[in-house]
Amino acid sequence: MDSALASDTAHEGAVYLRQSVRTAAKLLVVGHFAVGKTTFVGSLSEIRPLRTEETMTQAGALVDDLAGIRGKTTTTVAMDFGRLTLSDSLVLYLFGAPGQQRFTRLWQDMTRGALGALVLADTRRLEQSFDVMGLLEEHGLPYAVAVNHFDGAPAHPEEEIREALDLLPETPLITCDARDRISSTRALITLVEYLQTRQTRLSSTAQEHV
Amino acid sequence: MTPPAPRRDKGLVRPYVVTDGRAHPTRNTFDLVTLVMAHGDLPIGGLSPEKRALMELCLGGALSVAEIAGHLMLPVSVTKVLLGDLVDSGHLSTRAPIPSAQLPEAQILQEVLDGLRARL
Repeated sequence: MDSALASDTAHEGAVYLRQSVRTAAKLLVVGHFAVGKTTFVGSLSEIRPLRTEETMTQAGALVDDLAGIRGKTTTTVAMDFGRLTLSDSLVLYLFGAPGQQRFTRLWQDMTRGALGALVLADTRRLEQSFDVMGLLEEHGLPYAVAVNHFDGAPAHPEEEIREALDLLPETPLITCDARDRISSTRALITLVEYLQTRQTRLSSTAQEHV
Repeated sequence: MTPPAPRRDKGLVRPYVVTDGRAHPTRNTFDLVTLVMAHGDLPIGGLSPEKRALMELCLGGALSVAEIAGHLMLPVSVTKVLLGDLVDSGHLSTRAPIPSAQLPEAQILQEVLDGLRARL
């Protein structure tokens, strides 16, 4: 497998899309290192989650500084993604990536055309979520926050978490277990319901101004 | 002799050798979720090994740009260059990613929501 660029086995695992699929929608699953993004994508995906990597050169120096990584001249950034066929004509892709990739083409590719994002958070390291939340706000990408349940992590009242994360009153905050398909599906539903409410509000505001 | 591959380097050659040194595709129409379909009627024998692998993958059915990159273990940027060439040569065609221009976002959100609820 290690030298499989042009190997005959490279595509054995491919699971193709239904012929009838016409639309591909995109949601992001973001959060800091080890918050459960890959687990979340894996719980939901109908295909074995895939990974693509990009080696950074120019922007890498800055990101290396931010990440506190030393002695590296190039940085490899990666995203994991999965797929859910939602109907005969619609497929949903979930892209999971950390926020340190803000300067990369990969991050731009991911955010372009995305409907919104689910921010996964860990109550033991809430402050580490700020970076990625700020990044989504810079890109104007709406998001909901899902606190991933970790065994042994302290359970905080919702109000405390909202305050710690400095969430807007309208931003949904939910808890989920990224290992569980149903729980992860519910988290995505909450996100999409929010996107829908927001969209309705934006379009009615737009009409008032016509 | 093929030198041993560096630990994280999954390809036989460096990525930009695959693209003849080009970092950008000939067209700028590829999104990560652009759906790609192969046309089986053109010969693939004269293509580079990487393009042939890409065609062999895509001849099986439709896949997104991201999936193609993932399966071939190539960076997305390199995959886009190869895809651009293969669209230019008529081997592949694409179905535009969603887009807001084609379907209203409200409709997509509703369909996504319906699809997710049906999975509970």
